[in-house]
Amino acid sequence: MTTDLAWIDAAITAARPQAVGALLRYFRDLDTAEEAFQDACLRALKAWPKNGPPRDPAAWLIMVGRNAALDGVRKRSRNEALPDEERLSDLDDVETPMAERLDGSDYRDDVLRLLFICCHPDLPATQQIALALRIVSGLTVKQIARAFLVSEAAMEQRITRAKRVVAAADVPFETPGAIERSERVGAVAAMIYLVFNEGYSAGDNSARAQLCDEAIRLARLLLRLFQTEPEIMGLLALMLLQHARTPARFDAEGEIILLEDQDRALWARQPIAEGLALMDKAMRHGRPGPYQAQAAIAALHARAARPEDTDWAQIDLLYAALERMQPSPVVTLNRAVAVMKVKGPQVALEMIEPLAGRLAGYFHFFGVKGALLLQLGREAEAKAAFDQAIALANTTAEATHIRKHLDRLIQDSRAAGVRAAG
Amino acid sequence: MLYAILCYDDEASVCSWTKEEDDAVMSRLAVVQQRLAREGKLGPVARLLPTTAATTLRKSREDLVIDGPYAETKEQLLGFYIVDVAGLDEALEIARELGRAKPSKGSYEIRPVGLLNPVTADGLETA
Repeated sequence: MTTDLAWIDAAITAARPQAVGALLRYFRDLDTAEEAFQDACLRALKAWPKNGPPRDPAAWLIMVGRNAALDGVRKRSRNEALPDEERLSDLDDVETPMAERLDGSDYRDDVLRLLFICCHPDLPATQQIALALRIVSGLTVKQIARAFLVSEAAMEQRITRAKRVVAAADVPFETPGAIERSERVGAVAAMIYLVFNEGYSAGDNSARAQLCDEAIRLARLLLRLFQTEPEIMGLLALMLLQHARTPARFDAEGEIILLEDQDRALWARQPIAEGLALMDKAMRHGRPGPYQAQAAIAALHARAARPEDTDWAQIDLLYAALERMQPSPVVTLNRAVAVMKVKGPQVALEMIEPLAGRLAGYFHFFGVKGALLLQLGREAEAKAAFDQAIALANTTAEATHIRKHLDRLIQDSRAAGVRAAG
Repeated sequence: MLYAILCYDDEASVCSWTKEEDDAVMSRLAVVQQRLAREGKLGPVARLLPTTAATTLRKSREDLVIDGPYAETKEQLLGFYIVDVAGLDEALEIARELGRAKPSKGSYEIRPVGLLNPVTADGLETA
């Protein structure tokens, strides 16, 4: 029955981080853990529709996976002694309720270890993301390859390379100390936000847009491990509030609709409610951070029923805070948009001009610059900026969006020309 | 007789449904709800956001506010219905029907309601 399959699929996806994490604790090898989990999933697809679902899918998958992997080891080394009695006796009672045996602290450590391994400091961000999507989220190599617009072979290679680095790095199986831990949690959060942004910038390409849902799932997982960490609340809130706009972000032709022009009735209300609730929780801690600041900005947009209700002065202040916490030309560029609303295009333009060197390859820089110049009536310069933006566009939606600006500019100047002539 | 039907399920699993699956479940549940409403048996219905959005106030000596749900459990309270039915059998039958609309497993706790107070600005509403 299809509903059964949908349920099994969701249950396996939900159980995956815990199950792979526990199998990794047993076997201390990512490939073995993954194969064991894969094996358990195949058996689940056969057994669950027939025998009914187990009470605790994760525990079932862990036991069956462990059993299968040990079986494999036995077959590969027939001459070696069988595993000792104690281990074997654990394997026979797969169907017994396991809930009591898997305590909460194991769950926490197992999932955390898995996330830390994927975000190992020796791995570049691209490999961290690929590894996390493969190991924690369980996307297929093909799905990940499609999301990152590379060939399947290239993605396979990227993941294999990442696994080799992790294996060689001799990952500690003990929970790291407090300082290292907070650094590693920060790396996991950053990885999750990168996954989200890959999806968010994808336009209406559904293979890539799926990454947003994946990132939100990973952030929920991380927040469940760190229930009291305001920055993780901020991260999840930020992604929920941005993702809520998805139904309004593109028109029928797949072209970008600017925040100001979006039909706000299309914004998804449930993620907005969840995002706002998380921000309320985070604020109580009085420990601001970059994710909270960005989420607070997104929350101000979400709270504005109409674009003209937007509290741009507050957004300007939040960007200023973000600039102090996390100085970056991109943050300044974003702040310039708020400054334009509050103090006018001239002040905003002066703010972004010093960024020209560092953002010379950045699509949005030229988009914003063009828009500011246009407002100031400097049309020739605006056109040059829009041309550069088109040359740097990452997606056709981005290019089309700027081209519309250009068309309007050309039309206006023609109309002006006609007026001047007449 | 008023009953609360409390819906427990593994929220990680429910959060793993695709939007299409979620929409399909919600529309199947809506069919059950509409029938109950037509029969005058349906009270308030709530779907709760994930427990990661929850906050708990512990009434200890000093007011203690904790992030997260009241209890860490395998299955979480994800929503509830208030129904007005003849008795337990009918409440159970409704819970079964709600269960059939959902692909996941989970549990329903059927709890008799002692007092339901719809409060208006003028005070208690007397039904």
